[in-house]
Amino acid sequence: MEQIPILKIGDCLLVSIQVDMHDRLAMSLQDDLTAKIVATRARGVMIDISALEVVDSFIGRMLNNIAAMSRVLDAATVVVGMQPAVAITLVELGLALTGVRTALNVDKGLALIRRLIDGEEGGLDRREG
Amino acid sequence: MIVEKDETVPVRSSDDVVRVRREVRAFAVGAGFSLVDQTKIVTAASEIARNTVDYGGGGTLRLETVRLGMRRGVRLTFADRGPGIPDVKLALTDGYTSGSGLGLGLSGAKRLSSEFDIKSTPGEGTVVTIVRWK
Amino acid sequence: MAKKFESTLPTLIDKHQKQLLDGWLAQQRSSGAWTAEDEGDTKSQSTRFLAELRKGTAAGQSEDIQAREWAGVRELLEEVSRARALRGFTPSQTATFVFSLKEPLFTALREEVGKDAQRLADEVWGATLLLDKLGLYTTELFLKSRDAVIARQQAELLELSTPVVQLWESILAVPLIGTLDSARTQVVMENLLQEIVETGAEIAIIDITGVPTVDTLVAQHLLKTISAARLMGADCIISGIRPQIAQTIVHLGVDLSVTSKATMADAFELALRRVGKTVVDRVKRAPSPAE
Repeated sequence: MEQIPILKIGDCLLVSIQVDMHDRLAMSLQDDLTAKIVATRARGVMIDISALEVVDSFIGRMLNNIAAMSRVLDAATVVVGMQPAVAITLVELGLALTGVRTALNVDKGLALIRRLIDGEEGGLDRREG
Repeated sequence: MIVEKDETVPVRSSDDVVRVRREVRAFAVGAGFSLVDQTKIVTAASEIARNTVDYGGGGTLRLETVRLGMRRGVRLTFADRGPGIPDVKLALTDGYTSGSGLGLGLSGAKRLSSEFDIKSTPGEGTVVTIVRWK
Repeated sequence: MAKKFESTLPTLIDKHQKQLLDGWLAQQRSSGAWTAEDEGDTKSQSTRFLAELRKGTAAGQSEDIQAREWAGVRELLEEVSRARALRGFTPSQTATFVFSLKEPLFTALREEVGKDAQRLADEVWGATLLLDKLGLYTTELFLKSRDAVIARQQAELLELSTPVVQLWESILAVPLIGTLDSARTQVVMENLLQEIVETGAEIAIIDITGVPTVDTLVAQHLLKTISAARLMGADCIISGIRPQIAQTIVHLGVDLSVTSKATMADAFELALRRVGKTVVDRVKRAPSPAE
């Protein structure tokens, strides 16, 4: 079965979702990521969704779950690259991304993770909705 | 109302849900929808399709491009012969971020559509129809 | 009722073309359907109409003008309608283009088949039905183009009234003027998010000085816009909170969960601080002895 690649950059994990995932793939990503956070003792997780043209409640819940799980493992989650049409739709859908910080792109995302890990942005306790 | 294009696809597995997103996108593009409107109807379709698979035991989706006077739109009809929804009103309330319960996708799909209709008979099945006008 | 005989119209148009054209143009002019400056266009349109009419009637049926054989006539009428709608003609003036053909046509028919009363009656009746249908078609087309123009103007107005300005690197401002309804909110969100992508802005100042009232709905729309911007990695600051608005917000129990300031200036100052910038006075050079 296909897998979504997870890259390690320093003490961060980077996932770039390039395909329109079916549910099983999304679930296995969740599991893989959690396992890898533990294995690498990552402090930050960056999920690049710039290629996703649709984020529905299932994917939204997956992102929330990943954020919640990394929080428990003392890692920060940042979602980057959300497409404007997707953001507008998510807002209309009424799905709140809790515990998930967002940034415009990978560069800003890495900078944000850095600030979160180093405790500048009020640490991981500040919730974003 | 004039129906210009008409297609039916199966909605039985999570792979079909992916296919539904693709087909609905194609219809929306064909109807001249803006990118945001395309995304909204595709997302709404994804929600209902998943419901059809997870709770309806699988079913079908009928895609139509419709025209009413000057307006053009896309109509989607999801039908299944599953257990049905006993309390439709409850299913349409916002149980969203709590992450539990039946038919969560329906209230979201309703918000993303211009028109929303649901008919469900316990023991017989459910039909959900949404229309998004350009 | 299907036409039971072949219409004389094709032959008529062939034989009497100049006379029909002249008579028709005279009719149009006297009914005020066109002015001197339109002369060239009207003449060419009328000539072409007669040619297309001849083709259509020669094909045998004049019941259904939506059929293929009438495509030429329909296209011409579309052209005439569109041109006149743009020029500001009324629907009646545009339809008169077709209706004013009746008199010269009936005159020509009388000349041609006047001796056979029954034949004349049938031909006139058939011609009337046909021209009525075509005239009404013209009116419909006219209204359709006018609706399209209005729709386009409405869209342009909506676009223009929701500008997004870049105040500084990383800082955008969205001055909202007028009520914030759902249609407006959609445009605001689209414009704002597009600008965020293009400028990489991290702060968006939403100024509501120009928003007359803030009720629950407006607050919801504001919240949506703020959430959307946040999903794109930009924080929002609301400015232009008038005392009454502040009261209303508290009264409604709305939690915008975002910093708000009374003036855009305050908001801008805060935004600059957040992106790590400070404003300093320029050092004045002491005047040298020569100055």
